[in-house]
Amino acid sequence: MMQAFSLFPERASSTAGEVDALYTFLVVVCTGMTILIFCAVFFFAMRYRRKNENDPAPKAIRGSLPLEIAWSVIPFLIMLGMFAWGTKVYFANYALPPADALDVYVTGKQWMWKIQHPTGQREINELHVPLDRAVRLVLASEDVVHSFYIPAFRLKHDVVPGSYQTYWFKATKAGRYRIFCAEYCGTNHSDMGGWVTVMEPAEYANWLTAGTGGSMREQGAHVFQKYGCVTCHVTDQQGRCPSLVNVFGKPVVLEDGRTVTADEAYLRESILNPNAKIVKGYSRDIMPVFAGQLSEDALLQLIVYIKSLSPPGGPSR
Amino acid sequence: MSATLPFVSIEPPLNYLNADYGWRSWLFTTDHKRIALLYLFSITAFFFVGGAFAVCMRLNLMTPEGIFSHDTYNKLFTMHGIIMVFFFLIPSIPATLGNFLVPMMIGARDLAFPRINLLSWYLYIVGGAIALTSVVKGGVDTGWTFYAPFSSTYSNTHVILAALGIFTAGFSSILTGLNFIVTIHKMRAPGMTWSRLPLFIWGHYATSLIQVLGTPVIAITMVLLGMERLLHAGIFDPSLGGDPVLFQHLFWFYSHPAVYIMILPGMAVISEIVSCFSRKAIFGYSFVALSSIAIAVLGFLVWGHHLFVAGQSMYASMAFSFLSFLVAVPSAIKVFNWTATMYKGSISFETPMLYAFGFIGLFTIGGLTGLFLATLAIDVHVTDTYFVIAHFHYVMVGGMVMAYLGGIHFWFPKITGRMYAEGWAKFAGLIVFVGFNLTFFPQFILGYQGMPRRYAHYPPEFQALNVMSTAGASILALGYLLPMIYLAYAWRYGPRAPQNPWNAKGLEWEQAPSPPPTFNFERQPIVTEDAYNYSGECGEAHHG
Repeated sequence: MMQAFSLFPERASSTAGEVDALYTFLVVVCTGMTILIFCAVFFFAMRYRRKNENDPAPKAIRGSLPLEIAWSVIPFLIMLGMFAWGTKVYFANYALPPADALDVYVTGKQWMWKIQHPTGQREINELHVPLDRAVRLVLASEDVVHSFYIPAFRLKHDVVPGSYQTYWFKATKAGRYRIFCAEYCGTNHSDMGGWVTVMEPAEYANWLTAGTGGSMREQGAHVFQKYGCVTCHVTDQQGRCPSLVNVFGKPVVLEDGRTVTADEAYLRESILNPNAKIVKGYSRDIMPVFAGQLSEDALLQLIVYIKSLSPPGGPSR
Repeated sequence: MSATLPFVSIEPPLNYLNADYGWRSWLFTTDHKRIALLYLFSITAFFFVGGAFAVCMRLNLMTPEGIFSHDTYNKLFTMHGIIMVFFFLIPSIPATLGNFLVPMMIGARDLAFPRINLLSWYLYIVGGAIALTSVVKGGVDTGWTFYAPFSSTYSNTHVILAALGIFTAGFSSILTGLNFIVTIHKMRAPGMTWSRLPLFIWGHYATSLIQVLGTPVIAITMVLLGMERLLHAGIFDPSLGGDPVLFQHLFWFYSHPAVYIMILPGMAVISEIVSCFSRKAIFGYSFVALSSIAIAVLGFLVWGHHLFVAGQSMYASMAFSFLSFLVAVPSAIKVFNWTATMYKGSISFETPMLYAFGFIGLFTIGGLTGLFLATLAIDVHVTDTYFVIAHFHYVMVGGMVMAYLGGIHFWFPKITGRMYAEGWAKFAGLIVFVGFNLTFFPQFILGYQGMPRRYAHYPPEFQALNVMSTAGASILALGYLLPMIYLAYAWRYGPRAPQNPWNAKGLEWEQAPSPPPTFNFERQPIVTEDAYNYSGECGEAHHG
């Protein structure tokens, strides 16, 4: 971490360079603007300073429409450029990731980060990711709002209880970089940090083979058994509950005629509060409410398992 | 308070200060000028309380490990924010200079509802007392933003008391705004048409609109917060069925417009000062006037820029980003017009003008760094870091407090009938400017390097810039203490001020003695010319 003083933190993601370029553009434009105004004020103050107390008041200049238009429109056009550029870079990281992105599940709680990998590795305040591969974070909170911030990647997102938030990045430089909690979350907020370790792919593959208590999918399968989900949602043929095979990522028609996509947020809601969105053709109040019954960790394992019931390229419903 | 009243052997002519001396004549006064002074003393007290919290914070941040416990530090920044925002910045210029000057500038005897004006002050004091009670009882640790569900479920500090204080003080703000709106509509002197109003009035009119329309929303938000905290009504906490992002929408729906409550009156003061010390009509009067209204309206449409990473839709973020750039245009218009006003002027450099220069410089930096935060991809990186802290302190302290001090120095002779020591005042202004920049400029760099805000401890690589910032804060503190001393001295011992020491235009200078009598003018003023008619043109001047 010892390094020469720099205005920029380390650049370790594909986004970092783009954000820094945009930032540099704004610094140049805004510094130019500041210098322009400072010079004008300084020049006028010197050039038109009152030399004699009894000088007559100067002639009034009431205004100039062309000038007003110029100094409204020109800055606005420059700002439109900032807007467009900033929006483009933002959408790149908060919209859908590339198809081969690796999912990592992050749970924030006062005051630590619990991280689960699909292969079953669990870490606290540490996140290991491979170099040059898109990684998508699925963020959940057990208590209050947190924010998962990696300055070297120029990215953060709030971790909001009651919902999943996601963003993705591609690390471009091996090393260790700080994680901060950026949303105030109570007493030890400033200690709720950690390190992200970016590893060469081979090294990462080694790290993955270290012992675990089974993959997230296996642990999820266990939860699926334990809570009795398995009795209805896979084999049931009596039409009490919809089968979960090949559901994930597909459109689902609800009883009120709306169609929603069975994504992580939908699965989460339907597990915790099944009556919120009932699939067309099924009854309410059949499935128990799991709100308060499942930890955020177990919920994430369950969702990974349900996702595994819909292999990519599987039949559409 | 008696120490600050003029004590002289030869009584000056009867005025609002010497009309009566008993404590009742102050605590039950309905004179807008006396109420302005009640506010002046009370907000100054809150400023120093809030400032003391800031001093403790800066001391803690000298070293990465800090000197206070986490909980203590969390309470320090929370109380600093609550007191400075709700009990200093919001009332600062409107309740003091605005209260004093709105009736005088439009040629009225008082505000439309003098007793409601007094009620506003009492509500402010009650609200402030409740907030201070929460401090004395052990403090609050939610941050001034009260984000749920931390504030509604998890924090075990005095959240309800602090929220009640803010709720109560909010009504003070609403009533002041209402009073100004009615006064400006109904009580203008003959000839004081809308296009002749001083820009100070336009700024306060726009501010009042926000106070009346925005403040109820923070009151509602505080009530909902209380309902969840006390009754467990599920509004914001997802474990009770609520939505935490809803809180942020409600909170910022008021609190973003509130930053315009804080800055518009500052801009209003600067328009007066720049024109007076350039001896020249303001350039582009109607653009400066209407830009205030534009800011008030657009200011209600940008709250979502506080939620770019909070979980709102990406498309909502895009719209809020665009609107946030749009609201920068009227601010830029003002800065350009002030600069153009100086062109071919006759410029002198008394203390108020130095503060106006300071304002233009610091507000320009504060405003332009706002563009960084409106830019989505940059905001993602710097939101909730020291970059944001630096940005809004450049606007709120560099801008608003500079304008406030400039205004206090400009109208001090009118308010007190005394002149202060110009040399000391200029010196203090310089100290404030240097101290301010040393305190807050390093925070821009810290923020881009990634130091999050509200951190009691921080990684060692951030220490050097934090030490600079703390050093700056000690200089800044001196700069704020100095005016207390020489202004208090001047109020008692300063030479008598003439009616119009700056040769300024405006009814308060041209038609009222210093200090003014209780009813402001000896005879009803009649307005026959545009504002800022320094060149003495007669007839109908046309506007650009």
